[in-house]
Amino acid sequence: MSHSEHERDKNYPDIAPGYERPEGHDAEEGIGTYLTGLGLATLLTAVSFFIARTTLVWQPSIPVALAVLAIAQMGVHLVFFLQITTGPDNVNNVMALFFGVLIVLLLLGGSLFIMAHLNQNMMPMDQIMQMQR
Amino acid sequence: MLGKLSWAAVPFDQPIPLIAAALVGMVIIAVLAWVALKGWLPYLWREWITSVDHKRIGIMYTLLAMVMLLRGFSDAIMMRSQQAVAFQSSGYLPPEHYNQIFSAHGTLMIFFVAMPFVIGLMNFVVPLQLGVRDVAFPTLNSVGFWLTATGALLVNISLVVGEFARTGWLPYPPLSELTYSPGVGVDYYLWALEISGVGTLLSGVNLVTTVLKLHAPGMTYMRMPMFCWTTLAANLLIVAAFPVLTATLAMLLLDRYLGFHFFTNEAGGNVMMFMNLIWAWGHPEVYILILPAFGIFSEVISTFSRKPLFGYRSMVAATMVICILSFTVWLHHFFTMGAGADVNAIFGIASMIIAVPTGVKVFNWLFTMYGGRVVYSTSILWSIGFMVTFVIGGMTGVLLAVPPADFVLHNSLFLVAHFHNVIIGGVLFGAFAGYNYWFPKAFGFRLHEGLGKASFWCWILGFYLAFMPLYVLGLMGMTRRMQHYDVAAWRPWLLVAAVGAAVILVGIILQIAQLAVSIRRREALRDVTGDPWDGRSLEWATPSPPPAFNFAVLPRVEGEEAYWRIKQRARQQARLGEEPGYTEIEMPRNSPTGFICAFFATFMGFALIWHIWWMVALAALGAYATFVVFAWRDRDEDIIPAEVVARIDRANRSARSTALAQPEAAS
Repeated sequence: MSHSEHERDKNYPDIAPGYERPEGHDAEEGIGTYLTGLGLATLLTAVSFFIARTTLVWQPSIPVALAVLAIAQMGVHLVFFLQITTGPDNVNNVMALFFGVLIVLLLLGGSLFIMAHLNQNMMPMDQIMQMQR
Repeated sequence: MLGKLSWAAVPFDQPIPLIAAALVGMVIIAVLAWVALKGWLPYLWREWITSVDHKRIGIMYTLLAMVMLLRGFSDAIMMRSQQAVAFQSSGYLPPEHYNQIFSAHGTLMIFFVAMPFVIGLMNFVVPLQLGVRDVAFPTLNSVGFWLTATGALLVNISLVVGEFARTGWLPYPPLSELTYSPGVGVDYYLWALEISGVGTLLSGVNLVTTVLKLHAPGMTYMRMPMFCWTTLAANLLIVAAFPVLTATLAMLLLDRYLGFHFFTNEAGGNVMMFMNLIWAWGHPEVYILILPAFGIFSEVISTFSRKPLFGYRSMVAATMVICILSFTVWLHHFFTMGAGADVNAIFGIASMIIAVPTGVKVFNWLFTMYGGRVVYSTSILWSIGFMVTFVIGGMTGVLLAVPPADFVLHNSLFLVAHFHNVIIGGVLFGAFAGYNYWFPKAFGFRLHEGLGKASFWCWILGFYLAFMPLYVLGLMGMTRRMQHYDVAAWRPWLLVAAVGAAVILVGIILQIAQLAVSIRRREALRDVTGDPWDGRSLEWATPSPPPAFNFAVLPRVEGEEAYWRIKQRARQQARLGEEPGYTEIEMPRNSPTGFICAFFATFMGFALIWHIWWMVALAALGAYATFVVFAWRDRDEDIIPAEVVARIDRANRSARSTALAQPEAAS
């Protein structure tokens, strides 16, 4: 990333890295990306609704299929709508995404772990009732 | 027509809040009348209220924090005096009023003192340190500030109209549910924090983007001053954690307003989920507050030790490690909730691990001072006071992170002493260090050193007198939030603590005097060059106060300590660098969007609290319309002509070359 920054600095001495350059924008190309994304997202949604009710596939595979479709849906959103790529300009975005995913995992995992252990130190309910008698 | 609102909402039977509110109201009206009579209202509107300049917004954040500090501190004085007299008697504060006071004290001090103080300093300093002209989203910044002010206003309205929460600063259910808190107190708390939480989130998004995306040419990440790094870490935490707070409080609101059962005892609700979620926000919040303070100390200690910061890279690493680890320790706030040994042990160990990067930082500051020529200014006194105090607070924190010890000390005054030890000794001392350090940059004259040092000594002495007895009391078994007590052995310690609060009061009075005296003697304290402390980072390369555009020409950064290099070169060559070619500069145009949005948000919050649904609808419509009008604006930038830029910069250059010719006068 630092390499490309230096190159840019030579061409644009007074523009900071990360600044949007006007000529980098191609409106039609942008709309094309979004339309492809919309098409894929709609397709994945439709397939999910279809597969949830269908009897054409082996029934126990349906939850797995739905999970796969959901993950694919996330991928489509990330690539076509949020424009996360592997390009050198995208290190910040990828890092931010990684940070976000990490925090969500920590919070969800931690909450599940904590709440599952919630009653560990509590006396079983029937014993409490015994004591209250 | 007015929902639950009626004359019964005004507490005519409680003289203390009414008289206090009347006094404050009269002061506010007097100030407004004075401003209006002097004809300053248009200036105030044009240059401050509608300003999208990060420096002005930063100053307003800081001002809000200082005013709220007075309110929060008066609550503290009332609590300490109540406990000093309430031995075997009921004291002078009835229980329901006392409960509101400790709840308001915590809420105000965290959300409307500590948060705006650090956000204000970050807003003011970070673009200057990065060598850029503004933050990434200037108008969003203004909206964020005014929404925070709305939250503060709502909390203060509760003093006169209705009541405040009696639940403590975090409204634990089931006490905060409708069954046990049927009044509007909890609703005031919830809506004030929902609205100001949006403001904080906007500010977090803005500052993360600014640090990641806006840099002067050559300002790579590893050349950023330490304060920019801690700002990045703190704001990443804001972006990650504040939605959790908003969502948790929203669930409690659904319970209270629409009969949901998230946190109720019946119908499948789980009270403990609230503790889990609120602390999943609450622990990162602690680091949101302390990380910027760490950054301030790094800047102050390096500048006044006349040395580069020791171990810059390890400092960056420690900051980012704290940023991640802060999301792995939240259970230590509720070890006693009932979780098993597996859970408690894991979170206890994680809490001890997070002390390691903090320890790295303390050693780095010590080594920065070691071998340096330390100038004992007010700012560095706050920093040294911090190091000593914070280490004590940190060690009691590690003690509390041991689950068995926590079972003994949970909810005792030991805990109260611990978190005041880290928040006053860390965040507040940091904020005051930054206030003394950057005040000349903001206003063009220094603060009075003698009064500043006097106030520091009162604060630190008062702090130890007020909070060390609480550690003892905690070990003696006194729990927090007691309106009265019957144990004779506690009384002497509580009297000492009350004396400590009085000493802190003297410190605050001295701070007000410091400000007043400094304004009066501003010509003698004038900072002519813009570099009063012989600073090392780019904010000192601009005039004091900096022009709206910050830098006439964006500085070129060639290494760490960008400004120090420029200055050393000028000193070696005994002249400033060549005069740059000035061009016109485009700056974002001022906009009343933030103020008008917050105006509507205030009415909306008030109406939601009192169930005045038509007003909710109107205010929501108004806020939305404001946004639409802003989105369709025609002109969003003003142009500052090259001549103006040249005139301002030449004036500063001539002051700097005069100072360069007389090196002694400059320092």
